[in-house]
Amino acid sequence: MNGAHDLGGMMGFGPVDAESNEPVFHAEWERRVLAATLAMGALGEWSIDASRFARESLPPAQYLTSSYYQIWLAGLQKLMAARGLVSVGEMASGHAEGPPRPTARPKLAAADVARALAAGSPTERPAPAPARFAVGDKVTTRTINPTGHTRLPRYLRHHLGEIIAVHGAHVFPDSNAGGKGEDPQWLYTVKFAARELWGPDADARDSVTADLWEPYLDAV
Amino acid sequence: MSAHSHDHDHATEGSELDEMTLRVKALESLLVEKGYVDPAALDALIDTYETKVGPRNGAQVVARAWADPAFRERLKTDATAAIAELGFAGRQGEHMVALENTARQHNMVVCTLCSCYPWPVLGLPPVWYKAPAYRSRVVIDPRGVLAEFGVTLLPGQAVRVWDSTAEVRYLVIPMRPEGTEGWSEEKLQQLVTRDSMIGTGLALSRDEMKP
Repeated sequence: MNGAHDLGGMMGFGPVDAESNEPVFHAEWERRVLAATLAMGALGEWSIDASRFARESLPPAQYLTSSYYQIWLAGLQKLMAARGLVSVGEMASGHAEGPPRPTARPKLAAADVARALAAGSPTERPAPAPARFAVGDKVTTRTINPTGHTRLPRYLRHHLGEIIAVHGAHVFPDSNAGGKGEDPQWLYTVKFAARELWGPDADARDSVTADLWEPYLDAV
Repeated sequence: MSAHSHDHDHATEGSELDEMTLRVKALESLLVEKGYVDPAALDALIDTYETKVGPRNGAQVVARAWADPAFRERLKTDATAAIAELGFAGRQGEHMVALENTARQHNMVVCTLCSCYPWPVLGLPPVWYKAPAYRSRVVIDPRGVLAEFGVTLLPGQAVRVWDSTAEVRYLVIPMRPEGTEGWSEEKLQQLVTRDSMIGTGLALSRDEMKP
């Protein structure tokens, strides 16, 4: 969706505010939000793509005025309510009003944390078909404006690029975020000249790359 | 390192944090009561990212790449496997690619759509990496952002910005500072800053290294 999260090329946010000797967290509640989000994700009730969509579909004004972990908290609450794990009433009162719902995977135990983090969630899958493109091929990105989740940013739509790496077939977020299956698609790193994206004011030497799935691309 | 200081209004931030503290405490106790989360697991997750995983891991990878040409080749061919040799793997580092800076090209990493970052080698991202100013600007004005970070490019050096739009995670291998031939990996690691592995900084010079 064309949400407030899709920030590439926007202006007016001011200089980068880099804090020296920055701590990992700025408050205890940030620690708990990070951990609760990871632990709830381990229940297997939603994918990482669905959790990204829950955050990016927040109203633009809320997204841009919330801190990072406030966005994570809002996304988590939205997912829990949508999956019926916790009711809106329970979230308001802070107390359980009914039994828990059975979950796809069991509760993450402290003893399993290290193993779960080390395993991660690789997204490469067997390829459903041969790759359409190879390194060196010129491609154009499609003009698409889906109302659901996509990882083709607005600033990279309808532009000429070149394939510089082929990464195998990976879970396709546009499908997976909406619970429509993993639908693995070939994933490529595509290079765009800075002037192709931004015009003659950009430096002729510079470039931007993105990792884009085959359904985002057309042959030139 | 940026010259910008962190100058939020702490009085305002304080009251906001209090409200957030209450909301999050209530949510956590609800999730524990419902049986969805184990507070000890939350503690273990926090401890991992606060004390165990961070940019010193990435510094080990960079120093090894500088010191060991065979490792450097493996890093170029299959960064995920090469980095796993040092024991760093897993969540948000499942599909790693190393980007070697050269006199011809300086590489920088961003996630314009959210906050994708190579956790096993750099830990959790700093606030600025996740904030709109960096995410919006680095793709359209990378040289302006580099100047703010105090980075001076070499004459003729191109800038390539890598937008992490999929599950591939990027680690920049900064250029090795001059005059460090024959240094041990342990000593080389001290030259490698977090920002040099994102591409918003360079490795420290011999003279900048803390004694």
